[in-house]
Amino acid sequence: MSELTSQKIPVTVLTGYLGAGKTTLLNRILSENHGKKYAVIVNEFGEIGIDNDLIIGADEEVFEMNNGCVCCTVRGDLVRILDGLMKRKGKFDAIIVETTGLADPAPVAQTFFVDEDVQKNARLDAVVTVADAKWLSDRLKDAPEAKNQIAFADVIVLNKTDLVSRGELAEVEARIRGINPYAKLHRTERCKVALSDVLERGAFDLDRILEIEPDFLEEDDHDHDHHHHDHDHHHHHDHDHGHGLKHYHDEDMQSLSLSSDKPLDPQRFMPWLQNLVATEGQKILRSKGILAFHDDDDRYVFQGVHMMLEGDHQRPWKDGEERLSRLVFIGRELPEEAIREGFESCIVAR
Amino acid sequence: MTDFDPGESASIVSVTDKVRSIAIGAPVSAVHFLKETAAFVGSEENIFVVAGEGEPTPIAVHGGGILCAASDGKRLLTGGDDGKVASVDAKGEVAVLATDAKRRWIDNVAVHPDGAFAWSAGKTAFVRGTKNQEKPDQEKSLDVPSTVGGLAFAPKGLRLAVAHYNGVTLWFPNMAGEPEFLPWAGSHLAVTFSPDNKFLVTAMHEPALHGWRLSDNRHMRMTGYPARVRSIAWSAGGKALATSGADMVIMWPFASKDGPMGKEPAMVAPLKSRVTAVACHPDQAILVSGYEDGTVLMVRLSDGAEILVHKNGGAAIAGLAWNAKGTLLAFVAEDGEAGLLEP
Repeated sequence: MSELTSQKIPVTVLTGYLGAGKTTLLNRILSENHGKKYAVIVNEFGEIGIDNDLIIGADEEVFEMNNGCVCCTVRGDLVRILDGLMKRKGKFDAIIVETTGLADPAPVAQTFFVDEDVQKNARLDAVVTVADAKWLSDRLKDAPEAKNQIAFADVIVLNKTDLVSRGELAEVEARIRGINPYAKLHRTERCKVALSDVLERGAFDLDRILEIEPDFLEEDDHDHDHHHHDHDHHHHHDHDHGHGLKHYHDEDMQSLSLSSDKPLDPQRFMPWLQNLVATEGQKILRSKGILAFHDDDDRYVFQGVHMMLEGDHQRPWKDGEERLSRLVFIGRELPEEAIREGFESCIVAR
Repeated sequence: MTDFDPGESASIVSVTDKVRSIAIGAPVSAVHFLKETAAFVGSEENIFVVAGEGEPTPIAVHGGGILCAASDGKRLLTGGDDGKVASVDAKGEVAVLATDAKRRWIDNVAVHPDGAFAWSAGKTAFVRGTKNQEKPDQEKSLDVPSTVGGLAFAPKGLRLAVAHYNGVTLWFPNMAGEPEFLPWAGSHLAVTFSPDNKFLVTAMHEPALHGWRLSDNRHMRMTGYPARVRSIAWSAGGKALATSGADMVIMWPFASKDGPMGKEPAMVAPLKSRVTAVACHPDQAILVSGYEDGTVLMVRLSDGAEILVHKNGGAAIAGLAWNAKGTLLAFVAEDGEAGLLEP
């Protein structure tokens, strides 16, 4: 997606469980004085008050691709709508796709990996998930869709923070971080968030996979971190500020981070990665990596959604830059030990 | 001709100097003939008609994007993102034939030579003008399980093929009884009947065609394309189906009762560029192919001889059309650069 990225229309996917505030965020985006025109694809056409010139109703038709891959699904309606929207190129600057509260973001994202025509004209910018601070903890227990949306997110807008106590907020944030420590998290009331925090994120742009670091909140009263540090596999928990700092391991959705300061053998790594997503792709929601290959002066970057991967050489390693390979997987019931062992076997012994 | 790379062949006959170049001045998605008038379908709002030696004249048909178009040579039907079905005839007269109650996008239109027409919005296909004795202008509709991907009338009788996810529904709008369903997994888009009414073929979302022999609903898989097939055209007499999607025109044989079952397609007019549009001469074994790099070739199917109509270097060819007599050829690129030729 890197080449010609600037000419492609950016598409922001807005997800979130029922009642979390997706429409509030959408209206906030549309009503702010940004001078940009958006085409908005909504799922319940005409039933919600959205003030915008270009609103298209979608049916959330999830199609399986005939390629023998069961999790390789796309949004057929989205393919059609994006194709139709391209007839009006120049009439809008960006596209926002609002999904239903029960939608799985994967088929939306996969549409951008699979469909040639979609790829030619549009690029997925980020998956933005709106979460309800008061009810998310409950939904994570009883609604797998809500968990998927958190796990898949590049940006999480934790909304309605005024309706919960500090303790409750810390609790729900810890639950979110137990699933997805990498998304940018913003606490909001009535979805009051800077547009630059949700739009033009370039989360799927290989050139912008600059760092794979867990997101830390800037405000110090909530600061905590929860690293899975490198291949030594020791957890360390920093409890810097003393209150409300619980750590959850979600029972079935985790993130897994791997790293190595020794170079990887591309002849071993690439087949291993491809085999991993081919066999475990249903469990792996998102994957990303920055890799240092043996005898290669260029950084290699990749990202994936379920079984789909894309990767490319990004740029030469800079002088003095540590040639550290880092991978992140977010998924359900990840076979952690097998993944770690597989990764270690790709490290070139010195 | 300096930019043209003829590939393997050492030289190629060119008629580029006989082409009348036309600048539409707006993005164009297709071209059709209304008698001897070329009608270029703009991406938005307008049809641009070019009659005789005249300049392109815009005719406003939609208040937004034009999503689909179909013609029987007498009138051109279009569907828009304004929820309207419009028509233009050879005199340039516009009519709004239907308006969707919810202003949904009109994704597909189809024209029957007897005057009936069909359109779709979402999962619903509509038919009107069916020459029903009692209510000649009655609107009939059929809901299919998923969004309609394509519509086509059968050449005989009033029968409509409605392509959708996982198959095609065949519907006789004037007859009671359940429509027939032809299943095949996957998303079916454009659909077409063979001119002899014996075969039905769809272009799928994946790079493949699927066909059914209508006498026994036997399946025909037509695969191997590097890209989705967006343009299909029956050769004169329906002997073959010409298709885009590869860097040559793929022609599936339909002359025998088994169609392409167990047969290899013919591959004609190869270039180092992808075919984006095809059109067949109405009577003679002549094909026109348009390419992603702007090239237009005319091909004699008997021996594969090629004539250069438009050299490469421009935008991808979006549409090709012959008039009904086969005396005029029109082509247009996505950016509106067009040409007319009397071969």
